[in-house]
Amino acid sequence: MDGVAALAGSASKRIIVGYGFWLFLLSDIVMFSAIFATYSVLAPATAGGPTGAQLFHLNTVAVETACLLLSTFTCGLMQLAINVGDPSRTCRHGALTFLLGAVFLGLEIREFIGMAAEGATPERSAFLSGFYTLVGCHGLHVGIGLFWLAVMMAQVRTKGFSVFVHHRLVCFSLFWHTLDIIWVALFSIVYLMGSR
Amino acid sequence: MEDDSSDRTPGDETPPETRREGSAAGLRTYLTGLALAGTLTAVSFWVAGSSILWQPGVAVGLAVLAITQMGVHLVFFLHITTGPDNTNNVLALAFGILIVGLIVVGSLWIMAHLAANVMPAAGVIILR
Repeated sequence: MDGVAALAGSASKRIIVGYGFWLFLLSDIVMFSAIFATYSVLAPATAGGPTGAQLFHLNTVAVETACLLLSTFTCGLMQLAINVGDPSRTCRHGALTFLLGAVFLGLEIREFIGMAAEGATPERSAFLSGFYTLVGCHGLHVGIGLFWLAVMMAQVRTKGFSVFVHHRLVCFSLFWHTLDIIWVALFSIVYLMGSR
Repeated sequence: MEDDSSDRTPGDETPPETRREGSAAGLRTYLTGLALAGTLTAVSFWVAGSSILWQPGVAVGLAVLAITQMGVHLVFFLHITTGPDNTNNVLALAFGILIVGLIVVGSLWIMAHLAANVMPAAGVIILR
């Protein structure tokens, strides 16, 4: 038992790279939890300004959630295409993932602009500062993910499924799925609990 | 010299040898995850909007639904299992959850005590 494990070699690069990126993602989740805790503490401090119940449009949030969930699904489909080494199917599902993520981000930006136009800017109250920081940080991650996805599609087109492209795509999948996990906490705590 | 038999990276559903053929099973896993996550999302929105739950319990209900859906994502999309080839991934996740728990519970606890125990005075933030 132990003897066999001791004689075995180290794991392959793919596993080491994936595990290392998983550790990074967990640290990212820890960072988000700190911002979540800050938002939760500051949520009641609306300073006489607009509250969540007045500002949030749950229909938009529902569409955003559907977009992100579907994009996670298409990212899974992309992973299946990568496993069998099919570049055109990979790029097709990658494009779908990008489109859904872009719709999500566009809706979120539109929401921010609408809120700012109503006077609900980040400096209006501690609640709004916390809101813009938390939701904005997640949106920033989504934006970086979209940029990364676009670069990966270009690399699949030009370099094919080389070892490095493979590893980067593994990391991207982990990153994209984790963003949806964080969004689950976000829409539950910020939008659903905050709109009552 | 490389031995992948006792480890799997998060996100990989199958061991390396079977990865090339597992497409149908993989698709089924993703579809199941999508259906479960979609259902949990719909229930969350419904619970928040209707008066079907006792009002003070709605927050707990939403929290339970959210944690369940995060579990669905971890199992069906990230393929985190309890098998021996996933031990490292599960341990890392458990540690991450511990730190998250400490940060969130600790912050809320401390700030609640501060809000209750610090006397109101000029320049002191009152988070009510």
